[in-house]
Amino acid sequence: MDNMTLIAIASIATAGLTTGIGCMCPALGEGRAVATALTSLAQQPDASATITRTLFVGLAMIESTAIYCFVVSMILLFANPFWNHVIAGVTQAAGK
Amino acid sequence: MRLSPDQMVFWQHGILKLNGTMVFTWGLMLVLAVGSKLITRKLSTGLKRSRWQNLLEIVVTGIEKQIEEVGLAHPEKYIGFLGTLFLFVALAALCTVIPGYEPPTGSLSTTAALALCVFVAVPLFGIEEQGLGGYLKTYVQPTVIMLPFNLISELSRTLALAVRLFGNMMSGAMIIAILLTITPYVFPIVMTALGLLTGMVQAYIFSILAAVYIAAATRTRRPKPAPTSTT
Repeated sequence: MDNMTLIAIASIATAGLTTGIGCMCPALGEGRAVATALTSLAQQPDASATITRTLFVGLAMIESTAIYCFVVSMILLFANPFWNHVIAGVTQAAGK
Repeated sequence: MRLSPDQMVFWQHGILKLNGTMVFTWGLMLVLAVGSKLITRKLSTGLKRSRWQNLLEIVVTGIEKQIEEVGLAHPEKYIGFLGTLFLFVALAALCTVIPGYEPPTGSLSTTAALALCVFVAVPLFGIEEQGLGGYLKTYVQPTVIMLPFNLISELSRTLALAVRLFGNMMSGAMIIAILLTITPYVFPIVMTALGLLTGMVQAYIFSILAAVYIAAATRTRRPKPAPTSTT
């Protein structure tokens, strides 16, 4: 297998794996956060404004790890420097 | 596949480029500045007021209440900065309903600039509140060993602010673009609605996190009460 095929396989496989794992684990964390928030809302409904606001802030912090994985996947698929380097080399060789 | 409005180039002359991000950012700034100027030309304090003034009052008092709840004692000092952050990011997300518009926060340049503003504003407000020595002392709280960790946390949370907002807005735009090529007509509209929701939530999160960071920097330590004699 030449360089180009190896880079393509590695990029595609890693992009899929990154998105897959990167969506599973934050979802588990967010589920636990919402469950605990619902329990405390049931116990103290008059603190609902604070609980809701803190819940949203916490969810955003957990979500940002999923966003990091998404950004890495996008970079691997659309702005991959290794792929661009290999493609540039191939176009140069074909142009000669 | 267009990843960001940076790649929509309207005009180019050598090295100078006028891309989509700049045009949309300036458009939003124009709408916000001219709109508020027009609405606040004739403010009335009585019971009879224009609906636009009512809207602005709802927005401003809402933001003030949120800033107070976070723990900042004098919200009028911070509402200029935090309110502008919220309004800019929220308007950038809301205008997605206009066809041909791409949110400028979908470009890493805009979100990095906003995060850098927060990065600079936190020490500024902290020094204004606690003095230079008092603010620098917070970096060695609770022990001197925490100094590198505090510094790293400052940098990493700035980076996290930028990437979080960028990732959310970029993914919204990209999902809609991909769906338009697969199932036009109905499903992209649902995803646009979801994108609006996440845009507003991200605007709220951005400004609340900025407020929390500023509150952490300006929180003055209460002096320990002197021990009372027990005779």
